[in-house]
Formats: sequence, structure tokens, C-alpha cells
Amino acid sequence: MSRHPVEAFRALFEPRGVLVAGVSTHPGKFGFVSLHNILASGYEGKVFGTSREPGEVLGVPIVASIDELPDGEIDLVFVCTPAPANADLLRACAKKGIRAAFVASAGYGEAGEEGQRMQHELVALGDELGMLVAGPNGQGVVSPPARLCAQIVAPYPPAGGIGIASQSGNFVSSFMNYAVQTGVGVSRAVSAGNAAAVSIPDYLDFYADDVATEVALAYVEGVPDGRGFFERTRAVAQRKPLVLVKGGATAGGQRAAASHTGSLASDDRVFDGMCRQAGITRTATIEEAFEAAATFATQPLPRGNRTVVLTTAGGWGVVTADAITRSSLSLTALPDDLRQALDGKLPPRWSRNNPVDLAGAETRDTIPEVMELIVGHPEVDAVLYLGLGIQSNQATLMRGGRFYPDHGLERIVEYHERQDARFAQAAAALSERFDKPVLTATELAVTHPTNAGPAAVRASGRVCYPSANRAVTALEHLWRRAQHLQARQG
Amino acid sequence: MPTLSEADSKRLLAGHGVVFPAERQVTTVDEAVEAAALLGHPVVLKLGGAGIAHKTERGLVRLGLGDAAAVAQAAAELLAAARPEDGEVHLLVAPMLRGNRELIAGLHHDEQFGMTVMLGVGGILAEAVADVAFRLVPITRVDAAEMIDDLATQALLGDFRGEPAVDRDALIDVLVGLSAAAEADGSIVGADLNPLIVVDGRPVAVDALVEVAP
Repeated sequence: MSRHPVEAFRALFEPRGVLVAGVSTHPGKFGFVSLHNILASGYEGKVFGTSREPGEVLGVPIVASIDELPDGEIDLVFVCTPAPANADLLRACAKKGIRAAFVASAGYGEAGEEGQRMQHELVALGDELGMLVAGPNGQGVVSPPARLCAQIVAPYPPAGGIGIASQSGNFVSSFMNYAVQTGVGVSRAVSAGNAAAVSIPDYLDFYADDVATEVALAYVEGVPDGRGFFERTRAVAQRKPLVLVKGGATAGGQRAAASHTGSLASDDRVFDGMCRQAGITRTATIEEAFEAAATFATQPLPRGNRTVVLTTAGGWGVVTADAITRSSLSLTALPDDLRQALDGKLPPRWSRNNPVDLAGAETRDTIPEVMELIVGHPEVDAVLYLGLGIQSNQATLMRGGRFYPDHGLERIVEYHERQDARFAQAAAALSERFDKPVLTATELAVTHPTNAGPAAVRASGRVCYPSANRAVTALEHLWRRAQHLQARQG
Repeated sequence: MPTLSEADSKRLLAGHGVVFPAERQVTTVDEAVEAAALLGHPVVLKLGGAGIAHKTERGLVRLGLGDAAAVAQAAAELLAAARPEDGEVHLLVAPMLRGNRELIAGLHHDEQFGMTVMLGVGGILAEAVADVAFRLVPITRVDAAEMIDDLATQALLGDFRGEPAVDRDALIDVLVGLSAAAEADGSIVGADLNPLIVVDGRPVAVDALVEVAP
């Protein structure tokens, strides 16, 4: 368990008031940017600032001394002051009732012997004051449920269920940029910086019981206490999905060893086995990690691996079938009764197997009706829906062309866009109704995010995957977790 | 790291549930001939001892000895091949087991995560193929089953060239036994069961090497 009480994490992620220490008037400095981001993102608590040069910045009165601030109104201090000044600063903050600090200042463990000494003292001081000290040398902390964006970089992501903790601040930004792109939002995000007093597992412990967080997403490089990391992340993964990317996976080669087992043991193979054992969803890339996390946050777990592809685009169906066959998902044969039911809805040229390729045979209500038959069938565990947005893409071309709105173009454009939106809504509604994952994929999600199809997927709160292959990968992560949990039930 | 002899390695691991084929440890040619007759020909003969870790490389393993004369000759040659630095030596007489598939299992102390259990595809290409799965000690039977699932070469575990599919429960027993040994005996820092020959579907460890802390 974390040595920090839950209240201290609450002070970090849901502060009643925030103090920026070391406010600057220069819009390029951390002491300005952090204050700006807190204010611009709509933080609703009180905001205070200190600086050696008192005055007013962005409408916030800036005082010279913490002593001038009210007692008991501030929970979090965002520290931009130089490292040597911070010990006195934090002591003064503690007297005002501040329970958490995010130390953005550099010049600690990453900066030679003197920095390491100061980092050591910083940790001891936090313990002495009973204050949670995040960082140092981190980018900041973001908590959309509290409308808090206390960081020295962008973006401010939408609110959602993903809790992020990263050893690299840069990847906090990357994950949040994906959140902005997909619309699948963030509950908490923290750049652990040097992780002097608060480690990645500490944050994950908090996320595991945090009601705002549905899935944890972490980036780590080194793991100083391997056994401790295993035990703690396993406890987290028992409660919530935990998606993890490890940097430096290829760094540790095999070592010379007397035993064959030893010579086969590389750091990465052992780490991989540890993740499987702990129930961690390990991914190879940052985008795969975000998509896995976003899928856990927005789709139910499949009960089995029997997957059906529903497509209006033939080639995509074939390639997606290949991807499913290469995965641990099963491209299940269509049950006879389902095939017969679909025969009743479709003209004879449809594929009559999985993938269910409509082959251009659809009329106005075909797709929602066929989708309902497939998703609702008891021998189907998951569905991938391809071909969304193709007609709306044509609509976009028509709308922008010189013949619009004449020649019936206005009417057909509206029809296509209405239909694609309907199909996306049907996918989400059926997924909820039958409690099964239904994933939608098209590159139009990236090409034209405003296309009525992808836009409606986004409006439903789900991810429109940029390719079928990426949807297959995300679905396989869900299935692997479902298997892990099923194998350990009772 | 010091290693235990094959016989001592097997005794140690057998105490934690790893099953080994019946075999006899003897010291003379006559005893070897007698043991071979009891086990039934053909047999394997190996020269063992605490100082002997890599028998194959030194030519100290004789396979497929079909009758008493062959056993007697091989036993005499192996005893004569002992070197002074080998210390006390003995002969291991074991039934000759055949199978088209070889696995490897073992224990390894990882610097970061401590003791680990491994399962992999064995044979002379084991290290080149490197189709392996690791878990941290201790493992459950579920963990062990998932290690088997993790191997990429699943075709090797099903029906194979006229031989039945690998007995998963028996393989799980081996992995859980290795884990139990490591958990119970802190002096173990590494172990190899190499090869684990799949005989009529059952994984059988025909060799064992345990490394212990000095």
C-alpha cells in the first residue's frame, strides 16, 4: 500500500484551493504557464500566487510571502521556485494547511550529487510535514473532474475514466492528446517526474479505489523494486484494468548464465511474464496503450472470443478476418439460425458467412437490423463494424462541390449523414443493451473526424478506431483480461 | 555458481513434486549391467558427479544401449573418462525414452524480480528459437496453464507426428513443482530440466541441473 493517505491524493487531485509558488510575469516561464493553465481551464476553486515581485498576474493578486495567504483554504501548492528555496516554502505551506505539493522545479535527482542530496531532503521533509510531494522535475497534475489543469504544458483533456501516471511527462501529454483526439476522457493525469516520494505504483493504488477512474494507464521505464511493483500492480489489476507501456524494453539483453534457463531469461521476457501473471495489459506502443485504455473505459468485457465482422466494404472484411485469425480471438462460423435470420433481411448476394459482407445489398434499415441480429445472438461475443462513413464521405464531397445543393444533392447529403449517424448510434445502443463489445473502425475517424459516422461514434462516448487492425488489437486486450479474470474466479 | 550432480538435482526437485523416470545410481560396471537388466533395455548411461555440469559436451552420455554387453562396455569407458577434478563420480542408469518433441523448463533468479519459473520449447535450437514464458515464483496452476498458452509454437503441443497432445496437467505439475522447490529452498538460484522429452504425451525430465548459492 501507498504510505500516503487517500486524503493527500484528494488534496492533489481535488484541491479546494491552489497556490502557484514562483509566479512569473513572463508568458514563456513555468511560473506563468502553470497559472495560466489553471485559470484558463476553468478551475473553480480559489487560486493564489506568490512571487518575489508582488503585484497581479492574470488577475490574480500575487503576494510576496505565504504568510499573507489565508489559512485552511488551499490544499495544493504548484511549485515553480528554484530547488534551494523549496524547503522553506513547503514548511510555510504546511502551516497554511496545504496537504499536497506538485514540484515542477528541476535541479534535483537528475542534477548531480547536490541535486540528489536536495531530493533526499525533499522526501524527508514531505514525511515530516505529512505532505504528499509529487515530482520533482515533473510537468504537472491534471484532474478534469475538478477542472484542474496544473501543468506547464498542454493539453487540457476532456473528463472521462482514464487515470494516467507516467514516468515521462511527455507521454502524459501524448496520452492526453489522444484523449482530445478520440473524446475518451481522463479522470486524473500525473507526471511523476523523478518520483522521489510518490512512485507510479503509489498513484496506481489511488486510482484503483478512485471512483472517478475506471482504468489505469501507466508508462514506466525503470522498476526499482521489482517484487513490490508486481505485488502492488497485481492488486490494482484485480480491481481495474491496468494498461502499461514499458520503455527500454529492448535494453536488457540476455546475460551469460550457467543454466540454459538463465541464458533464455532476458529482462523483457521476465517483465512480460510478470505482466501476464499480474493481469496487466501490456502494450508495445503509446497509441496501442491509449486505445486499449479507451476501450476498457467505453466497452464491456467480452464473455468469450467469438467475434463477428459486419462490413459494407469487402476488402476490409477480408483483412480484418486475417487479423482476427492471427489473434487469440475467434472468427466464429455463423450459427445456422443467425444465417437464416440474416437471409431474411438480405438479398442472396451477401457473404452468408463471417465476415458478414453486405456487398452493397443494404437498404435504409438493413444495417441496424442486421447488427441487432448479430450482436443479440447468444453465440456471438463481440462485433466489429466496418464501412461506417463511406456515404457521408461522398456527402462531404458533394456538399463542397459546385453542384450543391441542386440536382437533389442537398437531400441525398442529408440522408447519408443521417444514416451514418444512425448506424453509429445503433452500434453503441446494441453494445449497451446486450452488454457486448461492438467496435467501429474507419480511417475516416482521422481523415475527417467531422464525418457524420465517426462524429456520431465520438458523440456516443466511444472510440472510432482508425483501422480495423487497431480495433482487433484493442478487442484482443479486452479478451485477454476477460480470460485472466475468468481463470481466477472462485 | 556451484551446481548439484544430476542425481542430487533430481532428488531435490523430486521432493517438491517434479516427477522423474525411474533410474539407478551405481558405481561399478557390474552394478550398471544389473540395473540395466532391471529397468529393461535399451538404457541410457551417464557419468555423474558434483563436479560434472555439462555431460553432453564431454561425451559422458551414452544412449540406446541395447544389451548387457553394450552396457558393460559403455560403463567401463565412462568410468575411465572421469578426471581427477570431477571428484567422486557415479553412473546413472536410466530407461531410454523417445519422443519427437522436447521442451525445457527451469528456474532463474532475476536481478529485478527474484526467482522465476520458465517453460520453453527445447532441443538444440532452444536458444535460437527462444519460444519461452516466464513467471515469478510462486506460481499457481492457473499461472502454469497460461505459461503453456503463452508459447508461440502451439502446434508442438497438440497431436504431433502420431504422438498424442502434451498432457497439460502433467506439464503444470512440473512447473508448479519447480516453483515449490524454489519457494521452499532458498539456496536454489537456478535450475534446468533439459530436455523435458514428451513421451507419449507426457513430459519427462531426463536431465536436471540445480544451481545453488555458494
